[in-house]
Amino acid sequence: MRKDYNLEKRKYIIGGFLIVIALIYSIRLFDLQLNDERYKKSADSNAFLKKTVYPSRGLMYDRDGELVVYNQPAYDVMLIPRDVKPFDTLDFCRTLHITPDRLRKRFEDMRNSPGYSSYTPQRLIAQLSSQDYGRLQEKLYRFPGFFIQKRILRQYKHAAAANVLGNLREVSSTDIDNDPYYSPGDYTGDLGVENSYEPYLRGIKGMEILIRDAHGRIQGRYEGGARDIEPVSGRDLTLSLDIELQEYAEKLMQGKRGAVVAIEPATGEILCLVSSPTYDPRLLVGRNRGENYTMLTRDESLPLFDRALGGAYPPGSTFKPTQGLILLQEGIITTSTPYPCYHGYINGGLRVGCHGHASPLPLKPALQTSCNAYFCWGFKNMIDRRSKYGSSANAFEVWKKHLVSMGYGYKLGVDLPHESRGFLPNAKFYNKFYGEGHWSANTIISVSIGQGEILSTPLQIANLSATIANRGHFITPHIVKAIQDTVLPEEYRRVRRPTIDQKWYPEVAEGMHMAVLGGTCRRAAIPGIEVAGKTGTAQNPHGKDHSAFMGFAPYENPRIAVAVYVENGGWGANYGVPIGSLVMEKYLCDSISPGRKPMEEQMLNSTISYAKPKKQ
Amino acid sequence: MPSPRNNDATPSVFKHLDWTTVFIYLAMVIAGVISIYAASYDFDEASMFSFDEFSGKQIRWIGLGLVLGLVVLLSDARMYETYAYPVYVLCLVVLLVTPFLAHDIKGSRSWLSIGPMSLQPAEFAKVATALALAKLFSGYNFLLNAKLTNYVRALLIILVPVVLILLQNETGSALAYMSLFLVLYREGMSGLILFAAVLAVVIFVVAVKFSAAAFMGVPAGEFCILVLVMLIIVGMVFVYDRRLELPRNLLIWFGGTLLIEWILWGLCGIQLPGMALLLGTIGVACVYIAVEAVKRHRPKLFIAVCTAVLAVGFMFSVNLAFNKLQPHQQKRILVVLGIVEDLRDAGYNVNQSKIAIGSGGLTGKGFLNGTQTKLKYVPEQHTDFIYCTIGEEEGFMGSMAVIILYLALVLKVIAIAERQPRPFGRVYAYCVASYFIFHFCINIGMVIGLCPVIGIPLPFFSYGGSSLWGFTLLLFILLRIDAARKQYN
Repeated sequence: MRKDYNLEKRKYIIGGFLIVIALIYSIRLFDLQLNDERYKKSADSNAFLKKTVYPSRGLMYDRDGELVVYNQPAYDVMLIPRDVKPFDTLDFCRTLHITPDRLRKRFEDMRNSPGYSSYTPQRLIAQLSSQDYGRLQEKLYRFPGFFIQKRILRQYKHAAAANVLGNLREVSSTDIDNDPYYSPGDYTGDLGVENSYEPYLRGIKGMEILIRDAHGRIQGRYEGGARDIEPVSGRDLTLSLDIELQEYAEKLMQGKRGAVVAIEPATGEILCLVSSPTYDPRLLVGRNRGENYTMLTRDESLPLFDRALGGAYPPGSTFKPTQGLILLQEGIITTSTPYPCYHGYINGGLRVGCHGHASPLPLKPALQTSCNAYFCWGFKNMIDRRSKYGSSANAFEVWKKHLVSMGYGYKLGVDLPHESRGFLPNAKFYNKFYGEGHWSANTIISVSIGQGEILSTPLQIANLSATIANRGHFITPHIVKAIQDTVLPEEYRRVRRPTIDQKWYPEVAEGMHMAVLGGTCRRAAIPGIEVAGKTGTAQNPHGKDHSAFMGFAPYENPRIAVAVYVENGGWGANYGVPIGSLVMEKYLCDSISPGRKPMEEQMLNSTISYAKPKKQ
Repeated sequence: MPSPRNNDATPSVFKHLDWTTVFIYLAMVIAGVISIYAASYDFDEASMFSFDEFSGKQIRWIGLGLVLGLVVLLSDARMYETYAYPVYVLCLVVLLVTPFLAHDIKGSRSWLSIGPMSLQPAEFAKVATALALAKLFSGYNFLLNAKLTNYVRALLIILVPVVLILLQNETGSALAYMSLFLVLYREGMSGLILFAAVLAVVIFVVAVKFSAAAFMGVPAGEFCILVLVMLIIVGMVFVYDRRLELPRNLLIWFGGTLLIEWILWGLCGIQLPGMALLLGTIGVACVYIAVEAVKRHRPKLFIAVCTAVLAVGFMFSVNLAFNKLQPHQQKRILVVLGIVEDLRDAGYNVNQSKIAIGSGGLTGKGFLNGTQTKLKYVPEQHTDFIYCTIGEEEGFMGSMAVIILYLALVLKVIAIAERQPRPFGRVYAYCVASYFIFHFCINIGMVIGLCPVIGIPLPFFSYGGSSLWGFTLLLFILLRIDAARKQYN
């Protein structure tokens, strides 16, 4: 038979064609299987539905073990956008009692929210009522791609301590960027203990890995649940707060702006921390949170601002005990050094007024009568003593160092967010203002009586009170007494000692005791309990003087130290003293003695009207 | 011609049998059953051999298929040549009546029920067509190029079943017959026709795919095609002239003008009428070649000129033709070319099968561990998309193994073809090779997203009795003819 060798060569073309195709396919396979991780991820996201299981958030108890903050379930409507098939929108709206417009809006918001992805669960509607939840659950099969996620919301036993307890809010994109724990739609603590103890409270999220087929039907658990991660509940907290005392103090502060802080001196535990005006913490729970939050931020009395920690006020006469301590420590005075008072401090053409009392006086009576002149003289003798310090600036730095050690000028380090550091000027500040060497004690004399540049928070004042009650030491104030299964951070157990010798504290304490027995704080006296106290009447640029008080009781073995600050309340004795003493009496005796009932009534019912600041 | 040895052919068939091919065949069907079991495995662990499962049913098909193969091996080899035409005609009749007897299954009327079995006559018609074509070529002194009527007869044999199958709405099966042009090529058809077909596909793909970007003021796709045309002109002139002078001059001309244009456009930033310049360059070259062809009496050079003109013309008509297509056809083409990402509709199958294969990695997820296929993300995964299961569970190694098996099978069949002493065996063998090449290229190409989705099975792997029996018959008839090649010289 004939054979055409020219044509036979064509077998190479045909074979070669096949080999080229096989080669192209091999390269393609290499690219798909070995070069591109994307397909692996797609296969996983196809097959595995990772469902977050939220842990139960840690509960909060008050110091007596009473439950204060607990959890309630809520149900979010979730969906995975790419799994959603066209559904009966009207039926959906009817089930949840929302208008189609609102649903459209929700879809829009969801798509615009940070971290939106059509492959991961997205939240469409938050916090269904249990009736809506029940109805939707029954019909859920009609809405492919949708599911219901159980979430945990907070609930509060008492309409009190909103500033201390805090609340939950949805995480922002910044939170997600800063902490990989969070995913869009998670909640995190906002304000108060919820915020500062978030890592303890939130626990650890769990995960359920479900297998899902092409129709979105769940086929079961992946490897029978062996790879699931169990959620770990958050830790419960026991607060040092006495919730009854807190409620009582909040009532006393009704109608007034200001703060009340009470501390157990021996431990530094905060017994109550009132910022007034306050709000019901339940306002910030549930579907109306956003609305209520906006309302609170727009309120010009700033209810969300914690005045007890963040308010920086001139301390006024509550500052005088610190002055006495510094003067004694620096040897400027002895307990018997008298200074004159001619209705005030008059020196070098300067006059700081005072009220009528005997003259001259040593330290204790000066504290008792809250003599301005005494502390001005003492301050002048210290700051202008060049023989000892070389210059006023050096003397002032020494003065400042003592105050810092007492907790002024810097954050105390309380376990709550948004603490202010107050303000304590240094020599450099005055050098800049007046020029180096161009200022002396008289230039800045008002700081000696807690006026002028000095600012402190009510917490710092309460801490001073606790330090004097302890006769010379304090523990950093803190609101959490115990954390479940772990110990309190060391900083809330460690004793801090100011740079003042402990032997001087009883002197100042006695001066404060005398103020209650027969001085400016007579209204602070509680029947059957020895009380020490110091009033404060702070001039300020916002109108009437602020009324302040700090004190502790009992005088021996004190169990409570308080600071009260009432904005524009006038004399310290007007509001500060009665509120402070009522808080102490309530804590120590559990009830108010009949003789002081009228005073209690007066405090509960009085209001101060705050004129709107003039617009300029 | 019958020899006395004819009578004891029975024992000698196993002696001359090409056992390598048989082993490749067995490896493929066994791997196929395992893959089908994996593809249809549904968490509740049914046995691979259960007749309720696709794998069990496939085993039954394979068993019967092997019996069929054995019958073929024991039959008289000459019978196939003798009865080629009658069998072909019978098949055509069956194909003709099928649409009237068949039930509508997914829009296609191609299944005939015979007792408990459903068979697709189109698969068996492949065998008959191959036999008929081989018979045509085995005619005394038959030469394809001898006269035009030979082409007509060959084309008739190929196209009549194509038309009948198209009537059953089985476009994929019908297209498989087009692969028989490879046989015509082997038997003398001009390579230019295949070359033109390949060039047309390349021009189409490039023109559609790169129509967005622009280069030298010309759409990038069209720029590439025009440069390709220049290279083809040079190549063809070189082949047909065998002298270096002409192609060298053309290279200098093309290279020079392109370089100048690029400097003006790219470095000096001058806007050029790019398309006109490129066409002008090619036009001048064509005139030059034509003049040379006339001057030196080389009429073959006109082929280069014609190719250039036709290719450029085709390029311009592509956009026109593309816009004439139905929107869903346009979309399919755009999805395959990777221009449009469509994960819901036309692209869903391909995307899911790419995910399945791509997630396999080097060694795969392991037997029965593929999530894509287990959870039914890939459609038709035990039939047309069976290659996904292999890709997902056996990874790159498994996928490559299948490609190598196919390469081995087809190259083996080509080798068998070339050792046939008679045109009948050779042509038949090339028909077999062509079918395998087509199914391999289109099926795997579609699964890995390189070809449009055309529903045809992967021979010996995909579930289905008709395809398995059809290809088994095809292969074993070849083996039978091959085993007898020395007897009927």
